[in-house]
Amino acid sequence: MTAALFHAVFLSLAVAGAEPFASAEQERRYYELLKELRCLVCQNQSLSDSAAGLAGDLRDEVRAMVADGKSDREIVDFMTARYGDFVLFRPRFRPATWILWLAPAALLAGGLFWLFRWQVVHRRRSDSEPE
Amino acid sequence: MNRYNWIVVVFVLLVALLAAGLRLDPTRVPSPLVGKPMPPFSAATVHAPQRVVGDGQLPGPALVNVWASWCAACHHEHPVLLALANDLRVPIYGMNYKDRREDAVAWLGRLGDPYIFSVFDGDGRIGLDWGVYGVPETFVIDADGVIRYKHIGPLDDDDVEQVLLPLLADLGAGRAR
Amino acid sequence: MIVELGHFALVLAFVVAAVQGTLPLAGAHYGVAPLYRLALPAARLQFLLLVLSYAALSAAFLQDDFSVRYIAQHSSAALPTYYKLAAVWGAHEGSLLLWILILGAWTFAVTLFNRGLTEVFLARVLAVMGLVAAGFMLFTLATSNPFERLFPAAAAGRDLNPLLQDPGLTIHPPMLYMGYVGFSVAFAFAVSALLDGRLDGRWARWSRPWVLAAWVFLTIGITLGSWWAYHELGWGGWWFWDPVENASFMPWLVGTALLHSLAVTEKRNAFKGWTVLLAILAFSLSLLGTFLVRSGVLVSVHAFASDPERGVFILLFLVVAVGGSLALYAWRAPRIRSTGVFDFLSRENLLLINNVILLVTMFTILIGTLYPLALDALGLDKISVGAPYFSAVFVPLMLLAALAAGVGPAVQWKRSSPHPLLRRLRAPLAVALVAALVLAAVFGDGVSPGVFIGAAAGSWVLLTTALNLGRRLRRDGPRGGLRSLPLSFYGMSTAHLGLALFIFGVTFSSAYSEEKMVHLQDGQSVELAGYKFVFEGVADREGPNYMSKEGRVGVFRGGEPVAVLHPERRTYRVQSDAMTEAAVDASPLRDLYVAMGEEVEGGRREVRVYYKPLIRWIWLGAMLMALGGVLSASDARYRVARRAVRADSARADGSARAGGAA
Repeated sequence: MTAALFHAVFLSLAVAGAEPFASAEQERRYYELLKELRCLVCQNQSLSDSAAGLAGDLRDEVRAMVADGKSDREIVDFMTARYGDFVLFRPRFRPATWILWLAPAALLAGGLFWLFRWQVVHRRRSDSEPE
Repeated sequence: MNRYNWIVVVFVLLVALLAAGLRLDPTRVPSPLVGKPMPPFSAATVHAPQRVVGDGQLPGPALVNVWASWCAACHHEHPVLLALANDLRVPIYGMNYKDRREDAVAWLGRLGDPYIFSVFDGDGRIGLDWGVYGVPETFVIDADGVIRYKHIGPLDDDDVEQVLLPLLADLGAGRAR
Repeated sequence: MIVELGHFALVLAFVVAAVQGTLPLAGAHYGVAPLYRLALPAARLQFLLLVLSYAALSAAFLQDDFSVRYIAQHSSAALPTYYKLAAVWGAHEGSLLLWILILGAWTFAVTLFNRGLTEVFLARVLAVMGLVAAGFMLFTLATSNPFERLFPAAAAGRDLNPLLQDPGLTIHPPMLYMGYVGFSVAFAFAVSALLDGRLDGRWARWSRPWVLAAWVFLTIGITLGSWWAYHELGWGGWWFWDPVENASFMPWLVGTALLHSLAVTEKRNAFKGWTVLLAILAFSLSLLGTFLVRSGVLVSVHAFASDPERGVFILLFLVVAVGGSLALYAWRAPRIRSTGVFDFLSRENLLLINNVILLVTMFTILIGTLYPLALDALGLDKISVGAPYFSAVFVPLMLLAALAAGVGPAVQWKRSSPHPLLRRLRAPLAVALVAALVLAAVFGDGVSPGVFIGAAAGSWVLLTTALNLGRRLRRDGPRGGLRSLPLSFYGMSTAHLGLALFIFGVTFSSAYSEEKMVHLQDGQSVELAGYKFVFEGVADREGPNYMSKEGRVGVFRGGEPVAVLHPERRTYRVQSDAMTEAAVDASPLRDLYVAMGEEVEGGRREVRVYYKPLIRWIWLGAMLMALGGVLSASDARYRVARRAVRADSARADGSARAGGAA
């Protein structure tokens, strides 16, 4: 029996883990959210990646909330109310994380400023003592 | 001093941070529920499937201990809980997390039951609302039903002596000491 | 017996390294020839002893000597031979020994390829490397001895962690360590030059091939790690911004910056102080990575079993080695004089901008990696900083780097006039924008801004690199043809081409990957991205030290069979954890990836299917970068030292000629 024939004989549809999503958009959001949330009991894994039992429970929870029409914000709030900001792989922008979020831009600005100043100084010096 | 010394300063700060980091446990996650009223629930107890209890029926100050018969660390912690309940008369409520009822009953029958009663949370829904992520966990509840402290992992005598008993005494738990 | 020999050889190697690290330094300082001449034979003897020591441990692994604690914990009799050999570096103690062996090998290489170095300078370089080696050997002997015996001996080994029983283990760690440790050569050159007080263009010419070699190894090592993590379900895909991954990426970024700034120091005798600092930083970040991976201060999916005592030791070592060299730098740097003069619009300046971007990226990753630690230490909060954060801040920085990579090679050394440059870059810019628009429209439903920008960046680097190559060939080689250009120029072009492919791969795979997690019964199917995955059932299969449930998944497109995949669920006999072995149908334009989980209720199985377009381009691009490094390192001017010196003076005469690689 060839694979193609096998394929033709069994044409039943997949059964998802729980209730199916109403739209492709919901499904996409579900998989995106799982990558943003951290599994608590694992060594640095997302809910998407973890094989832990708790992660499975939380996946089901997220699935149910997405299917329920909850917004990303509401789902994230649900998680942080229980486990704190630790579950967020993308830290919220708040006073304690200002440095984290602003550092890249500040460093880049600082670096470019340093480069500019370095050149001005360097040029002045090499003008006074020719090559 | 010269204009390159900032490099050394940055390095010293980095080392100080790393040295501090060596004394921290990165896997411990504090609960955001501390200082908040315990999350509401309503469920049967382990021993009486008909008897439904809710968050109003856990008068504090008391401990709420999350346990399961499949959890090896719970087995380890059990004598500590028995001593707390029997010798020191500390009220302890159990929350039987993601367990099978018959296993839970057998476990308590074999090892002794330190709990006033154990809420049966077979599917882990209550545990989810309580932010449980590793069994055993122990919550300290005050007289108003507010969570005052959460211990993650098995309790040992030091935890009891140095943290739980002083806290319970502060909360006015009658004979806890 | 053989184990004790190995242990003894390591102790001896430590003693030799300690001698190599101290007496020649004193000799070099006071000009005592017999003392500084010790360095070379000591370095060779040290390497010999390390080879013996390492061979002894490997032999004990092959003999299943479970009276050695390390072997009892990380091997078993049934483990296939190639995994026994790889298990030597499968955990903390043995991997440290590999680290030291590789450091010995790099030191040995320096004793062989050192033409043009003065005896005193060579002695200093070897001494610095000896000090680093001595530190690591002391660490191994004091806290992490792989030769420690177990009394009584274990009856059987506890087997190698099943997660590590993968072809990735056999090759990824050695390559990665070759990279990490390879930066020690540039580090030693930099420290010696600072001690010596003489820093000139020759210093850069000596350092550059060593940096290139280390960088090539690190690039290959990281790429293999990424490929391994991609295959291992649960490791977050090809890149997860895990602390351990970041620990390898930070030295890579600095190493890349170092390559570019060395080009300027070598050709134009400029930014010398800066280049020396980068050389120190690259190796310092390797050491920092060692600390982060082995101390347990951060939670990682790839971390070693950690213990705070080890952390304290590595931290002390960091203070001495890194702190010492940075202090030396801060003390000596004010004396370094660079002579090269250049304009705002010049190759030099573009390379400096490249350096700024790479360094800002490195610091961003460092801050992100350590931020949770800092907040925790200050008692503020416990947070996580993961892939979504790093992607958000990394991508804009990389776009800037791509922009600079397109402009840089088109700009002349010293001074460029803006008008011809603009004329030259106008066409590739326009074509890149149009191409990006077309690509984004063809691949997706609508034109997504992210895909457009990524595709534009990739096309931009691709086009400018190709045009630059063509222009140079027309100008320099109408008769000589391809061979008229230096290999290092091809090296640069290849590496930049690799960058372009990498950008395409990242852009399209992250924008258009699709996945589904479903529960399937035999015969049921799931549709994803136009492919139909039919779960055809599970069969039992027996491996050398595991039992396997092997699934059969037929993949069809429009009714036509595409592939048959065999994802596995393995249960290893000793450590009974179930392992998921994903199955991949790879092709240049897309990967189809299937992983199978546990049986769930009703005889169904959890099945995950993924569609990942252009994912191969990520590794292909990275390998091209490595190839570019190989080409550059093979450039004639590094092979023949004497000719290079002559070329150097010739170039100094004809100074402003544009050319060479960046």
